[in-house]
Amino acid sequence: MTNIEKYNNGFIEALNVEEKNLNDLTYQSIAEWDSVGHMNLIATIEDAFEIMLETDDIVDFSSYIKGLEILEKYEIEF
Amino acid sequence: MKLNSRLLQDKVVLITGSNRGIGKAIFEKFASNGAIIFAAARQVGILDDEALLFSRKYSTTIIPVYFDVTDTNAIKNTILRIKKEYNRLDCLINNAGVMEDALIGMATEAVLHKTFAVNVFAPINLIQYASKIMKRQNGGSIINISSIVGTNGNSGQIIYSASKGAVISLTKTAAKELAPNNIRVNAIAPGMIDTAMFRSIGEPRISERISKIGMGRLGSPEEVADAALFLASDLSLYITGQIIGVDGAAII
Repeated sequence: MTNIEKYNNGFIEALNVEEKNLNDLTYQSIAEWDSVGHMNLIATIEDAFEIMLETDDIVDFSSYIKGLEILEKYEIEF
Repeated sequence: MKLNSRLLQDKVVLITGSNRGIGKAIFEKFASNGAIIFAAARQVGILDDEALLFSRKYSTTIIPVYFDVTDTNAIKNTILRIKKEYNRLDCLINNAGVMEDALIGMATEAVLHKTFAVNVFAPINLIQYASKIMKRQNGGSIINISSIVGTNGNSGQIIYSASKGAVISLTKTAAKELAPNNIRVNAIAPGMIDTAMFRSIGEPRISERISKIGMGRLGSPEEVADAALFLASDLSLYITGQIIGVDGAAII
């Protein structure tokens, strides 16, 4: 599985969204991505990539696109 | 009290400030009860001998880890290591602490910041990272070491007592927030315990303090460790958000 597939699956699994809608997805833009959903999403992504995000990055993780930028800091290439 | 039990058999535990006083007593108590322990201290190498000794004596696994609890990155790396090696964390003991007395008017910014960095901010960060693993396993026990001065206050300890009071409030908040994940969060508020930290106040003041203890003696670190053992074990599965005083009816 490629890194982008892992990343996308994190959203699909944690937030129950369709892949075609991922690019425009932002925090709190759908009911599932509330604060609880956010922590579930972070946990799913951390497990998928075997990383632990810093608290500031968890707070900054405000959209699908922003998440990609943040993960690059953890040497994950897309 | 010595129990012939293995109440923590195979539970994975992280203990900060394991090298002396109450932390060391908890370290040995938990090892004797079969816990797999990540024993943390700041000074590199200081736990190596005890780790070897306790692992042999109690037939368990002890992993010494060295980091400054005010270093958030080091906390993250330690928790990540625990996750990678065991994929679980059953208990976190936030024990590392500093105590510097200061009268009102003599409480410096430096002592204020250092005390809160170690006694308050570090436990919050450790809880943030440790609870990530605990949430995934749907359970765990977090034990914060507060103090009787956190509940009662004490002349000459405005900074220290405030920091230990903060430990109590953060314990209660974390207990509420993490209860849906079956993560229990409790605090122990020791009274006057016979440790090097307590004895640093000097012999004349120690005698005066003992006269204010209902039981007429100092507590031992082992007696605090017994309370921690109870809170870490499955004997306390429905107990959370509590502040357990271990003080022999001390008046302060």
